[in-house]
Amino acid sequence: MSSATLTVSKIRNGTVIDHIPAGRSLAVLKVLGITGYEGLRIAILMNVESKKLGRKDIVKIEDRVVDEREASVISLIAPEATINIVRDFNVVEKRNLRLPEIIKGLLKCPNPLCVTNNDPEALSEFVKVSEKPLRLRCVYCDTYLNEADVLRQVVGQ
Amino acid sequence: MPGLVSIYDLTRQDMEEIFEDTEKRLNAQPRKELSGKIVSLAFFEPSTRTYLSFETAAKKLGAEVIGFTGEEAISVAKGESLADTVRMLENYSDIIVMRHRFDGAAKFASRVTSKPVINAGDGKHEHPTQTLIDLFTVRRNFGFIDNLTFGLLGDLKYARVVNSLLRGLKAFRPKLAYLISPEPLAARREILEELNYPYREVREPHEVIGEVDVLYVTRIQKERFVDEQEYERVKESYKVDLKLVEQMKKDAIILHALPRVQEIDRRVDKDKRAKYFEQASYGVPIRMSVLVKYGVEKA
Repeated sequence: MSSATLTVSKIRNGTVIDHIPAGRSLAVLKVLGITGYEGLRIAILMNVESKKLGRKDIVKIEDRVVDEREASVISLIAPEATINIVRDFNVVEKRNLRLPEIIKGLLKCPNPLCVTNNDPEALSEFVKVSEKPLRLRCVYCDTYLNEADVLRQVVGQ
Repeated sequence: MPGLVSIYDLTRQDMEEIFEDTEKRLNAQPRKELSGKIVSLAFFEPSTRTYLSFETAAKKLGAEVIGFTGEEAISVAKGESLADTVRMLENYSDIIVMRHRFDGAAKFASRVTSKPVINAGDGKHEHPTQTLIDLFTVRRNFGFIDNLTFGLLGDLKYARVVNSLLRGLKAFRPKLAYLISPEPLAARREILEELNYPYREVREPHEVIGEVDVLYVTRIQKERFVDEQEYERVKESYKVDLKLVEQMKKDAIILHALPRVQEIDRRVDKDKRAKYFEQASYGVPIRMSVLVKYGVEKA
């Protein structure tokens, strides 16, 4: 058994997103619109040990904060993630993500004949049916959205 | 604004009240309860039966009716958003009765306007006033709705009347609902998962027809198929004929929201269990009751 640990230095100012499901850190970066060409110093840890999740991903981003809207999209693909805001090497704010009960305007209803896909003013709206497995229901046409649909939409293909 | 967008908008008590009110209307001279009101009938999707029954209901109540249906709707909209059309209707009328081909259109409209919206069918989603007619017919024939075995036959996937009926039955205590359809036309999971009463999905009506008290037949909703080949595969996959009806209980009833195409053999019409024409006759009085409920009490 390997006892080696993966060491990544602390960041001075910025955001640490912890407890991302293993393998989804790149998707989280995509939600944040980070491509790597912005010049931000970023550490991505993938498939590291976690007491809570078994394996997890962590993303550390220097000089970048995550706003509410971004946090709610991240909660769709990483519902157990925590967002730590770091200033001068100290965590000044710790936010546990929670999947909102109602998700407005972020996702697209998979039903092509849903009014939300056919009227410019009809904003998509989903209610949470269950978190594990992730299941959302369109409030207009009752169509379900499952985890794979959400991931596909959030990460894009 | 509160309206009747889904059958879920009505409790059992609300439905019972509508049924009691409708009973009284059956043999009574209509009163001008909506005198001075304007009812708009916004039928973005063609309809004859439902349009005319709402129009008749409104006129019997003394209301003025404005509206459009089918092809006219295209010229009304002229690329205008649904929200803007609804805002226009809001200025002209006291109640908006709407049919639309998009799922969820009535709910969206109800969020745009302060006037009550009555859903007269939104895509393959819901058609609550039809459910009131259906349940009223059951009640008139049996005297009650609880403890009956229902058999819903046909296109359970695209027929909005099926969604509303299955949901509406949650307010009652049906003994069992048989959902009889070819596999490609099976009821939507989203609806089935909500049900609070026993149901069983079956493919062949003959297996269960002897147990059914209320046979509810639906037309295959050709216009809602996304894939034409899918329609071709199922288009004549079931039919209610004399042979099937022979196996039914003596006091069972056969309902159909109409129009029918070929799913009920016309020879069945003469059987005393065929109640679909009686059912259709309740369209106007039920809709009068609904219009008064939303047009008088809440306006």
